Amino acid sequence: MAYLEGKNLVASYGVVPILHECSVEVEKGELAVIVGPNGAGKSTVMRVLLGMLEASSGSVTLDGKDISMLSTQDRISHGLAFVPQTKNVFPSMTVEENLQMGGFIRQDDINQTIEEVYALFPILYDKRKQLAEQLSGGQRQQVAFGRAMMTKPSIMLLDEPTAGVSPIVMDEIFSNILDVRNAGMAVLMVEQNAQQALNIADKGYVLVSGRNEHTGTGKELINNPEVRKKFLGG
Amino acid sequence: MTSDSIDIINAFALLTNFVILPALSYGSQLALGALAVTLVYSVLRFSNFAQGDSMAFGTMIVILLTGFMISRGWTISGIPTALLVIPIAIVFTSMYLLTMDRLIYRHYRKIKAKSITIVMSSIGVMFVTGGIVRFVLGATAQKFEDGERFIFSVREFKAYTGLEQGIALKTSQFLTITIAFLLVAFVFYFLQKTKTGKAMRAYSDNKELALLSGIDPDKMVQITWLLVAALTTIAGALYGLDKGFAPQQYHLLLLPIFASVIVGGIGSPIGAIAGAFLVAFSEILLTYAYKKFLIYLLPLSMHPSSLVQLIGTEYKYAISFVILVIVLLIKPTGLFKGKVIVDE
Repeated sequence: MAYLEGKNLVASYGVVPILHECSVEVEKGELAVIVGPNGAGKSTVMRVLLGMLEASSGSVTLDGKDISMLSTQDRISHGLAFVPQTKNVFPSMTVEENLQMGGFIRQDDINQTIEEVYALFPILYDKRKQLAEQLSGGQRQQVAFGRAMMTKPSIMLLDEPTAGVSPIVMDEIFSNILDVRNAGMAVLMVEQNAQQALNIADKGYVLVSGRNEHTGTGKELINNPEVRKKFLGG
Repeated sequence: MTSDSIDIINAFALLTNFVILPALSYGSQLALGALAVTLVYSVLRFSNFAQGDSMAFGTMIVILLTGFMISRGWTISGIPTALLVIPIAIVFTSMYLLTMDRLIYRHYRKIKAKSITIVMSSIGVMFVTGGIVRFVLGATAQKFEDGERFIFSVREFKAYTGLEQGIALKTSQFLTITIAFLLVAFVFYFLQKTKTGKAMRAYSDNKELALLSGIDPDKMVQITWLLVAALTTIAGALYGLDKGFAPQQYHLLLLPIFASVIVGGIGSPIGAIAGAFLVAFSEILLTYAYKKFLIYLLPLSMHPSSLVQLIGTEYKYAISFVILVIVLLIKPTGLFKGKVIVDE
């Protein structure tokens, strides 16, 4: 059984069905990527895993334990962390305050973790007194990662971390993600830039209309002619 | 006033007594109300039209408790009894505001109603609250200030300085300015330095991310109402000590309070305070009769014969309106770059 597992998830927004028996899983120290066309339900999978949207059937297990019934906050304290695609920082608060808020639910001393985040993203230390809204897109993304890491999560969920950034920043972000994975965390991310994402992924899911269309390692999917033709532009 | 020499000191004393001190205390009262409106706007995302009447409600409790204390003889000489009962009045006002939140606003938060819908419901709360106050206390004006009226009176000041123009410092003015200063300092310290205060700002900044960080939205809403209750009760009591209590007067305070918030930049606490003093000084500077002031400053040949009053005091609310319109036309985000209301 994988570390985080979403099994046969069915979910809808109101009466509009989005997910039909969709399954994803990720291990510790592994980077799994969900790709697929617009409206395939990629972000919805994340919302269901996080408990921000209720699944009408299916289950979510973390380390073998069923967490389907837990609230978002409880899942966060069980080790899940989420970096949303947009609005992923507190804009009118300083970098340091953003990190403090990330560690809000922790009762122990969070300064150690703040130091670890600064060690991982040194630029944030220099900018710690600046407001998040004054940072560049790439730096802001680092604040978003840093905030999510403050609970010392065992698994990070990332929703399109490279949406709307320049190719240079995209490389920077992907290297940040690999750093996080190499630190032993499980990383599950939804990506629009399918080619680049599958290149660095240990595992990939191609989602179409809320169903698993293809599953495999990143390499297998890139080399799969059907996937190439349909989703990677030939 | 027979000499024709220019007398700057007496002119300044006159201005201090009739403009600067009254404007400082009126500005402090508005500032507390404006800060309450700003907190509700930032955390609960609506402009609270019930603010003026909530201040009347808080003051009503203060008046009732003051009456009770005086009837029992539980007073401390020299100190307004109202001051002693404020903490208890805050508890009652908190309960009232939390009840209103539970009965009305919570429903609209749950169904994620648009901001304008909640604003409309706050107008309903405004009428209900105003009604309760009139039902309990009646609509007539009343005074509830006891204790020493002056820190120093005009006569004492004149005897001490030998000036022709006296300055009086009313107890209520002194209390207003000091308490408002301390309270504002506390609110800023709370928002900037404490974990709960930071969480409130985080919740105001980005609700979904606050939820993902484990911040409990219900708790944030409750703490906001507690702060608002404290600000509201104190602002109302201080205004009443200074100018007397009348439900209609409090209801009308909504206009200068909203003007303060918008001039300062809606959602910005610093802006709300700056805006409050700007509105208070404009109101008093524009409605003050400068005749005597100019007589002190001008040679005899130039002494004015009219009152030299720019606007009659009966039009003082128009000043808030004009300020409001000018700001919205020229700089809608206000002096301190607040947020412009957008429905998400």
